[in-house]
Amino acid sequence: MLAIDGTEISIKSFLRTLSPVDQVGAESRAAMLGTRSIKTTSKLWAIDTAISMIDLTTLEGADTPGKVKAICTKAVRPDPIDATVPHVGAVCVYNDMVRIAREHLDNNGGKSIPVAAVSTAFPSGRASLEVKKRDTEDAIANGATEIDMVIDRGAFLSGNLAKVFAEIVCIKEICGERAHLKVILETGELVTYDNVRKASFLAMAAGADFIKTSTGKVTPAATTPVVLVMLEAVRDYFQLTGKRIGVKPAGGIRTTKDAIKQLVLVNETAGPEWLNPELFRIGASALLNDLLMQRMKMHHGQYSGRNYVTLD
Amino acid sequence: MMKFEYAPAPESTAIVDIQSDYNLFIDGKFVPSKGGKRFATMNPANEQVLAKVTQGTAADVDRAVKAATNAYKKTWSKLPGADRGKYLFRIARILQERAREFAVLESMDNGKPIRETRDTDIPLAAAHFFYHAGWADKLEHAGLGANPKAHGVVGQIIPWNFPLLMLAWKIAPALATGNTVVLKPAETTPLTALLFAEVCQQAELPNGVVNIVTGDGATGSALVNHPGIQKIAFTGSTEVGKLIARSVVGTKKALTLELGGKGANIVFEDAPIDETVEGIINGIYFNQGHVCCAGSRLLVQENIKDELIEKLKRRMSMIRVGDPLDKNTDLGAINSKAQLTKIQELAQSGDTEGAERWSPECQLPEKGFWFPPTFFTGVSQSHRIAREEIFGPVLSVITFRTPSEAIEKANNTPYGLSAGIWTDKGSRILWSAQQLKAGVIWANTFNKFDPASPFGGYKESGWGREGGRHGLAAYLKGDM
Amino acid sequence: MRIDVKKTYKLFIGGQFPRSESGRSYELFDSKGNFLANPALASRKDLRDAVVAARNISDKWSSATAFNRSQILYRVAEVMEGRKDQFIAEIIAQEGVTKAQALKQVNEAIDLWVWYAGWCDKIASVYGGTNPVSGSFYNFTTPENLGVVASFISDQSSLTSIVHAVAPILAGGNTLVAVAHEDYPLSAITLSEVIATSDVPGGVVNILTGKAKEIAPWVGSHMDIDGVDGSGLDSTTYDALRKDGADNLKRINRFDEVKSPQRILAYMEHKTVWHPIGI
Repeated sequence: MLAIDGTEISIKSFLRTLSPVDQVGAESRAAMLGTRSIKTTSKLWAIDTAISMIDLTTLEGADTPGKVKAICTKAVRPDPIDATVPHVGAVCVYNDMVRIAREHLDNNGGKSIPVAAVSTAFPSGRASLEVKKRDTEDAIANGATEIDMVIDRGAFLSGNLAKVFAEIVCIKEICGERAHLKVILETGELVTYDNVRKASFLAMAAGADFIKTSTGKVTPAATTPVVLVMLEAVRDYFQLTGKRIGVKPAGGIRTTKDAIKQLVLVNETAGPEWLNPELFRIGASALLNDLLMQRMKMHHGQYSGRNYVTLD
Repeated sequence: MMKFEYAPAPESTAIVDIQSDYNLFIDGKFVPSKGGKRFATMNPANEQVLAKVTQGTAADVDRAVKAATNAYKKTWSKLPGADRGKYLFRIARILQERAREFAVLESMDNGKPIRETRDTDIPLAAAHFFYHAGWADKLEHAGLGANPKAHGVVGQIIPWNFPLLMLAWKIAPALATGNTVVLKPAETTPLTALLFAEVCQQAELPNGVVNIVTGDGATGSALVNHPGIQKIAFTGSTEVGKLIARSVVGTKKALTLELGGKGANIVFEDAPIDETVEGIINGIYFNQGHVCCAGSRLLVQENIKDELIEKLKRRMSMIRVGDPLDKNTDLGAINSKAQLTKIQELAQSGDTEGAERWSPECQLPEKGFWFPPTFFTGVSQSHRIAREEIFGPVLSVITFRTPSEAIEKANNTPYGLSAGIWTDKGSRILWSAQQLKAGVIWANTFNKFDPASPFGGYKESGWGREGGRHGLAAYLKGDM
Repeated sequence: MRIDVKKTYKLFIGGQFPRSESGRSYELFDSKGNFLANPALASRKDLRDAVVAARNISDKWSSATAFNRSQILYRVAEVMEGRKDQFIAEIIAQEGVTKAQALKQVNEAIDLWVWYAGWCDKIASVYGGTNPVSGSFYNFTTPENLGVVASFISDQSSLTSIVHAVAPILAGGNTLVAVAHEDYPLSAITLSEVIATSDVPGGVVNILTGKAKEIAPWVGSHMDIDGVDGSGLDSTTYDALRKDGADNLKRINRFDEVKSPQRILAYMEHKTVWHPIGI
């Protein structure tokens, strides 16, 4: 394991051993990987893989039981006509919608689809530790088996790394065996790739099962260079510890092209071992329909349209 | 565990229309040689003959020089700079319009991947014309006096590694500054130069301003030795460069040379490691290593050598070698059998002299000329692979203990074209740059080119600079 | 006989063509006294909106590569070339010159625009450079764009004067608000149409038609305008603007109609950077 004991000095010392990241170089590597041309059989494979990796998400103040049930139905059966379309990776909702989501999934053939809950005063993370703990406990009690927590960015940026670390450790303890923990870095607020790399390692060292780019409420979110840097971090963490941590980009991934670029990044950075829903998820909502339309085009040879996918 | 295989993604060749035979382009028209034979140019990825082009004779060269002289005296030297600029803008725009056609043709004739011709070679070539178009009407601001003058007729010989781009590097500044041109493309890669002649016609460039005479070393020699040329610009091997330098003695010909290199890519312990690995890969495997300024020596600080080599191996195993016209290919074919033999011979010397060779497992195609991306560790300064330019995808890895030692080893070569510096420390970048005897220094990046950035070497890497304000000097006689 | 579809001449702000928010226009007559058009009469609020548009796009324009800017400006010349007939007709109407004279002016205007377009990616090489300071320091000076510049177009000619007033400011990476001379609004708006269809981001160029004397004091006192080219103002108005402009130390100049890189540099700043050289 890494030589971190939770104290400020041990965390800072460890993070200082990490290699710096050159912005221009990282962006140009991500851009080059974006020119990979994925066609025919590999495109079909990529579309179905991407669908199976989606955390189908609704996180609106205006969410209602009706809205949540609608996306759960879609999660189980994305295409009402074509049963060969795989189901999604998970459904992601706010804490107080977890029970509704779980029940509806269970009653509609979605027993194998986990419910992920956002937690710890998502999206801002600005609340006391007690509130964050209660938030997490509630979600798990209602049936969430995945917790997407946010880190305290204020603490990170003001140099209080021990606080960031301790909070993750604490939430992980609550999750225990009942839920896996995704830690949202909110890369748009961290701004530099050096910060993204450091926050990734800090989260992994504190017990994250997944590191996640964003809440989806801040732009920029899951840009390809940010995901590249996080994939490099999980790759390096595996070299150091033998443990594979998952990556979840969320926010801004709207088209099939975007999704395929993400899969190429995974393939050529962390490696093919990460190309499954246990280690890679995509937080998205509109993306699913674009994947479905592209899938239809590949099978039928025609460009599809809005009326041939469900708008939930 | 599912592997993500990339299905073939071939770029269509339907866009190019390759003729079976090509004449010479002299005085604005395609004309047959008087007595010259034809020779074949082939696609090095599959050894298929693409076309037959003309072996220009001394008489053909003479015709071309006369056409260029005539064009200079009667037309080109009388045009205001703004008009010269307009022709160059037209050429730039047409290159942009026909970009895909040029990209496919270049890939077929040279063997390099379509992704590189599409994303690098062709856009840079067009940019070069565009940039120099804007100089044509403001030469009095170039720092060469109030009224700098063109030489007259310029003889230009270009290599096979970046055929169209090298043509742009030569013709754009020559024309912008008021010279006319006779250019000889390399014998293994004449096709984009011949297509460029069509662009000159579409741009309505006055006859004789640009002349393209194909042929081999003999044609080049006839051009260099022609008494009607006022200036020579040569890019190629150091060996031939020296020959040319001797041959202009006793004449009044101006000469610039762009020759070989053995660039050192220096990696310090605090380098941004992932971007550094990309920079090393790009430095030696981009364009199959057929790059004069390639980072062909990796000088790595000894205390991070093992980690760096591990990462390099992992990254190299992802390099896709194969059909240059597949959009996912990273490493294409070696340009010719002759070059392949040279690379093999030098790599062999690495084995026999005691260095340790490594390549990832690659499926190399049956036909064509191929060499896998390779590096040698345990290389010392005296090894041939540390001293001689291989001009292929072969990297020699050498270690150093201190920054001073790195500089000493980097400079310990008759060449002086390029160097790379990888470190997180600004003052060390500037200190290293100050110490290195190289004409182009890349810090935390590599193989970046821009029409505004002067390029050229110290020592036996050549004379003069190409590109930028400094590059204009080669084509003008400034006021003293 | 066919009835023409007459053109409306509005302002050019933020890439759009709004009327003046004041609703005002003025009557324009040709050299023979015939009615030509009712161009918009810009108000201080139009100026205010134009400055906001110019400021909002300023970062994006100045951080584009110099090569990209030169390509965009060259495209403007391409589109101008295609619109020659329209420019010629307007020059004849506004100035009362012959067709041959109007053609000569249009050709000059386009060539002048191209001259400036080619400076974008060269100005730094010619006027920037390293400085050999004492001590182990790397020191370089580079010219940088100023920001938002207001430009009052002179009445020396209806089209070429516009190029003198606009092109060098753009070549330096700035965004601008130009005020057409009240006698020659038509060429300015037709040029705006060219700019609007040439990949120039909205807000980089804004053109107001109306009375320079009325707008000048609002330009002089505006705290978010960085520089002014007052070539089109009479001495009294210009001097008053200089006094107002001192409030935020605007860089204020006016020029004879010559082409020169100095007109680009007049609206650029010079930044000098030091860094130690050490092992």
